[in-house]
Amino acid sequence: MTPAIVLEQVGKTYDGAAVLSGADLSIARGQFVALVGGSGAGKTTLLKTINALIVPTTGRVLVDGQDVAAQSGPALRRRIGYVFQEVGLFPHLTVAQNIGITPSLLAWPVPRIAARVETLLDLVDLPRELATRLPAALSGGQRQRVGVARALAAEPTILLMDEPFGALDPVTRVALADDVRRLHETLGLTTVMVTHDVGEALLLADVVVVMADGAIIARGSPAALLSAAHADPRVAALIDAPRRQAEKLAGLIHG
Amino acid sequence: MDDRLHQALALLPERLGWHVALSAAALALGLLVALPLGVLAARRPRLRWIALAGAGLIQTIPSLALLALFFPLLLLLSGLSERLLGHGFSALGFLPSLLALTLYSMLPILRNTAAGLSGVDPAVVEAARGVGMTDRQRLWRVEFPLALPIIMAGVRTAAVWTIGAATLSTPVGQTSLGDYIFSGLQTEDWVAVLVGCAASAGLAMLVDQLLGLIESGVGRRDRARWIAGLAGLGVGLAAALIPLAVSARGEAAYVIGAKNFSEQYVLAELMAGRLEARGARVERRINLGSAVAYRALAAGEIDAYVDYSGTLWANVLGRKDNPGRQAVLDELRSGLKTRDGVVLLAPLGFENAYALAMRRDRAQALGITTLADLAVKGGGLTMGGDLEFFSRPEWTGVERAYGLRFKAKRQFQPTFMYRALATGEADVISAFSSDGRIAADDLVLLGDPKGALPPYDAVILVSPRAAGDRRLTGALASLAGSIDVKTMQAANYAVDRDTDKQSPAQAAKALERR
Repeated sequence: MTPAIVLEQVGKTYDGAAVLSGADLSIARGQFVALVGGSGAGKTTLLKTINALIVPTTGRVLVDGQDVAAQSGPALRRRIGYVFQEVGLFPHLTVAQNIGITPSLLAWPVPRIAARVETLLDLVDLPRELATRLPAALSGGQRQRVGVARALAAEPTILLMDEPFGALDPVTRVALADDVRRLHETLGLTTVMVTHDVGEALLLADVVVVMADGAIIARGSPAALLSAAHADPRVAALIDAPRRQAEKLAGLIHG
Repeated sequence: MDDRLHQALALLPERLGWHVALSAAALALGLLVALPLGVLAARRPRLRWIALAGAGLIQTIPSLALLALFFPLLLLLSGLSERLLGHGFSALGFLPSLLALTLYSMLPILRNTAAGLSGVDPAVVEAARGVGMTDRQRLWRVEFPLALPIIMAGVRTAAVWTIGAATLSTPVGQTSLGDYIFSGLQTEDWVAVLVGCAASAGLAMLVDQLLGLIESGVGRRDRARWIAGLAGLGVGLAAALIPLAVSARGEAAYVIGAKNFSEQYVLAELMAGRLEARGARVERRINLGSAVAYRALAAGEIDAYVDYSGTLWANVLGRKDNPGRQAVLDELRSGLKTRDGVVLLAPLGFENAYALAMRRDRAQALGITTLADLAVKGGGLTMGGDLEFFSRPEWTGVERAYGLRFKAKRQFQPTFMYRALATGEADVISAFSSDGRIAADDLVLLGDPKGALPPYDAVILVSPRAAGDRRLTGALASLAGSIDVKTMQAANYAVDRDTDKQSPAQAAKALERR
């Protein structure tokens, strides 16, 4: 089976400075992949090459076996769900209109869009009365749930998320993360999520990819990453922090 | 006073209609140009700088000058198109006004469009790309709706500027609310000036309020509000344009022109009255610049107006000699016909010549009755001229012919020139021989034995297009030789004086009743 997403030697330079260099990555269908690393590691750049929001300077990106450079950007992005760090809801459109935006770009019939919006409100656990509200009238958590619903509206098989829970309080954050993992399972999605929270990545993802200075420096399942001894001190530092935190918490809980 | 107000208000539908038509067209055209330019400017910082600097530069040109500059420019283009395509277009009236006002309206729209679009939250712009919008969809579905309140604020500013500046289209031959202001200032008819100002300011405020309603409607996403604003504008526009449409549907009207001083207003009303007495409809195109009037007539944009033989002799035929009053008339009659097909219909019977005038007591005390006497005794006197007199060929001609010398030469606005003569600040002034103040102030006009000043017979000119129209020529030819200089002076004085003032139409009626 062709992998859902393949990156081959993908690099990106701005004015001669490389923000991403020679990244190779293959993501199988149905995988939940988390990209972790410090700021400036190149996580977001890598994510955006997948839906061609950023065009790589070198290498190529395949989605469902097709080179994205050979496709129309807007058409590609309508097939791939995208959740933004700043949410980016359209302030002049209602919740329903925000959720239905990609289907309307795809010229779905109006009744089908309306039905899809109701389904999605249920899926992301939002009351249907919110449909007619403007984003300004929602809480932060509700807004990001709308953001997730919007990303899933056109029934994509791939979901990209850029720090989706970054601005949320811890309780909302954990609840939404669980819901996203559940949606990933029930909808059979391939999900790529950027996060700076390694603990969150280890708890949610099937595969965690560690990046630093524009390069991929480690990858593996959470269990493998946690058990292995890491030669690269940058990886060791990143993985150790949440592990030690977890051990302390476990000690407190078990007395 | 009530009568003057009544008369002023009777002219309101036509003037307001044209004012609205002109402002609306200029604003629509301004939007059509400035909106796309604003979109491009928001996308490209360098273009943005150039566009804003250019529009700002246009804004610094005084609006009256901008309007005036379009006349020669369009004249040039019209000549070019006549040569290349076989037909020209009118360089007067609606077109130059429209173009100048359009340029004028562009800056606020351009500036606010560019600022509004580049001010949209970058996260929202990225989201628009992320959900799969094309550049065009992003502009129409996201950026434009979000920038709309700011763009509307620019449109509001542009609307208020345009409506105000549209009053300045009067001197280039476009009827507008400015007609009240320009002729009111000329005849010191403050009722007319106030009516013009109030109507223009009222219109600007109303439009501003309606656009404000639309602006707040789009800002608050309140559909009822902006639809109400839009409907108000639509109804207002239609209501203002109905009088124009109705008059356009009726029989084609004759257009009588007038330059920008009292005598011209009175004579235009006199001609219009004769035509209306025969059941014709008449439009008045007043306050035309001196050079503008003849061109408008030759182009058939006005059907008739009164000009002066000496002016036509020098400015149209380019002659500098003076073969005498009758010879000038005869040569003009054939010269204008051959050159432009313009018909010199009838001399009215009086001259409105440049003449040098003195107070009677002063002239008698010094023993001056002619320019020749003035040359001998004028060395200690002060000469006052209107604002253009000393730069006109008439002055150089007289100065050279008689060898005139004065102690001093001073320039005055006409009203103050007569006052200076009364108070002794000037001893001799340049006057127009049909000016009512000559008789009223008991002035004497100095004789011109050498014939250095050309004759200035007032003559009715008819456009080539209207030359074959028997009703028009019949009605106007009946005025031939019917007004002597004393009668014209009295009529002009009735309009110009400070107390018991008459409107030009009232003065024209008085002339008819003689």
